[in-house]
Amino acid sequence: MELFLMQLFNGISVSSILLMAALGLAVTFGLMGVINMAHGEFLMVGAYTAYIVQKLFIAYLPAGVFDAYCIVAILLSFLVAAVLGFILERLVIRRLYGRAADSLLVTWGISLILQQAARSIFGSPNVGVKAPSFLEKSLRIHGMLSLPYKRIFILILAVFCLFGVYWLMYRTRQGRNIRAVMQNRDMAAALGVNTGRIDSATFAIGSGLAGLAGCALTWIGAIGPTLGTNYIVDTFMTVVVGGAGSLLGSVFGAGFIGIGGTAFEFFTTASIGKVLIFLCVILLLQFRPKGIFAVKNRALED
Amino acid sequence: MKTMKKIKGTTILAAVIFLLLAALPFYMPMFRVSLFGKYMCFAIIALGLDMIWGYTGILSLGHGVYFGLGAYCMAMYLKLEAAGGNLPDFMSWSGLDRLPAAWVPFGNPVFAVAMAVAVPVLLAVIIGYLTFTNKIRGVYFSILSQAMAMIMGTLLIGSQAFTGGSNGLTDFKTIFGQDIHAPVTKIVMFYVTLLVLVLLFALCRFLTGRRVGKVLIAIRDGENRAGFAGYNTANYKVFVYALSAFMAGIAGALYVGQVGIISPAEVGVVPSVEMIIWVAIGGKGTLIGPVLGALAVNSLKTTASENFPELWSYFIGVLFVVVILWLPGGVISLKEIPGKIRAKLRLHREETSSAEEKIPDKTAVRSK
Repeated sequence: MELFLMQLFNGISVSSILLMAALGLAVTFGLMGVINMAHGEFLMVGAYTAYIVQKLFIAYLPAGVFDAYCIVAILLSFLVAAVLGFILERLVIRRLYGRAADSLLVTWGISLILQQAARSIFGSPNVGVKAPSFLEKSLRIHGMLSLPYKRIFILILAVFCLFGVYWLMYRTRQGRNIRAVMQNRDMAAALGVNTGRIDSATFAIGSGLAGLAGCALTWIGAIGPTLGTNYIVDTFMTVVVGGAGSLLGSVFGAGFIGIGGTAFEFFTTASIGKVLIFLCVILLLQFRPKGIFAVKNRALED
Repeated sequence: MKTMKKIKGTTILAAVIFLLLAALPFYMPMFRVSLFGKYMCFAIIALGLDMIWGYTGILSLGHGVYFGLGAYCMAMYLKLEAAGGNLPDFMSWSGLDRLPAAWVPFGNPVFAVAMAVAVPVLLAVIIGYLTFTNKIRGVYFSILSQAMAMIMGTLLIGSQAFTGGSNGLTDFKTIFGQDIHAPVTKIVMFYVTLLVLVLLFALCRFLTGRRVGKVLIAIRDGENRAGFAGYNTANYKVFVYALSAFMAGIAGALYVGQVGIISPAEVGVVPSVEMIIWVAIGGKGTLIGPVLGALAVNSLKTTASENFPELWSYFIGVLFVVVILWLPGGVISLKEIPGKIRAKLRLHREETSSAEEKIPDKTAVRSK
């Protein structure tokens, strides 16, 4: 039982990483009708940023302030990924609005380029990042059951991101504009919303969130050039289950894939667990082909 | 008149490609002939993918699964024949002492070949039925198919004792009693693959020329409209999806004999997307384009990875971006470029000449 609870908690922390990665994806998919396969590579970019920040701290600063690297890493991984996302949107994504299938293939090409770039710069073997010392311990609850602080911290980070995005989307003028463009691009443009700017800003924020997720990933596993590929499929499943453009959907999807996946894996094996969760997704989509919390749209074709 | 000419041009191209392939063993070393045998298997997959993507508008990122199923069915037979009545080597390494029941019938070559075709088709019908009849469409389908490819990979690696894990199935010795490494066997396998490719090409040609093909194109261009016109679009989609799985399965079965190994690295997410690029580069929506694309991209890949493996990933990545953004019709559409330039020039000339007239007669411009 304790082992199962432990596993369940691991599932929650997988979910929180999926959530951070999927938030950006769900919003950009809903907003621009663009599938970004290079989203996983933004996780990788965030993770490598954390790695570099740590290296720099070890090399140039006294050991006493080492733990502070984690704050710098979190901020920088968001920033670097966001800037890269902004450039990508301006150069490529902009030409692909509404061509979901094409955008999927183009961004796949970009992800190949980014992966190879990571391989050229950092080498193929995985690298490790040491978590700050105050996250090394774990919270003992009862007997065998103990929750590592790292995973609790990631969970808090994810909740923080979720509320940040919620606040941005529903409590600011920018967010109102984003939702307006999502619902009816032409009408929003006619009413004076600069849709191009909204698109780049949203895409950059989404990429930044993925970078943040990547930074969080470094504390619970090794990172390598193929990090993105390992997560991209699960992240997309999250968006598909939840429904594009919906925050609630992303939360539900992340929970479903993360916790459901780990629970299935606990009772069966890792590979059978994956099959079962896939079957569940297909079954769910039988009733709601556009995701559980799909944004309502009265258009027949989209 | 123009369409007549177009059809003729691609037919000539197809004939030239197939003739060049048929004559290949006479002007290429044995090693290259085998490689081209492999490329032709890929061309068969590309043809099937083109039927669902180019003609019907369904983008599947999971065709590695069907290719893999066909290949593994055939490989199981080859492995059993190589083991010669004993337990295959990887099974004894992973601690099995008896042949699993699912493996037993694969000792029979006819059963294995039948399964290499039947299993992919069956899975495609089930998956297609579950998704298409419930209107899971567009990128939602693409993402699900990609998840399927990922699962296939993990399943194969996870069940080491039954599938050979990440090493896959290899070390074959004979095929239908013949030495698999003998030049004669290789030549025969090459021509069998070519024959299958030509036959399937003809089948696709036949289908796209008939009403079925027209309905598929109608589904691509406006699925709801095709539905309103009285066609059960889901049935057509399941059919064409199963057809492409059938072709991928056959390609897999042909592949194993010639390449001598099948492993999860050839069926997962990455190879499945790579299959799409063959079609995109060759030209989706034409039949000869994908064949050409598969042959050309893979020849390039072999040359590139022999000389500079580092650059290949960059190259294929850039190729994806360039082709989809600026050449959506693939290399086949290159032949239209002179015509387009001529049309532009003519338009330009007309514009300048009408500007010289300096008569702002709007109706005259409009009538043009």
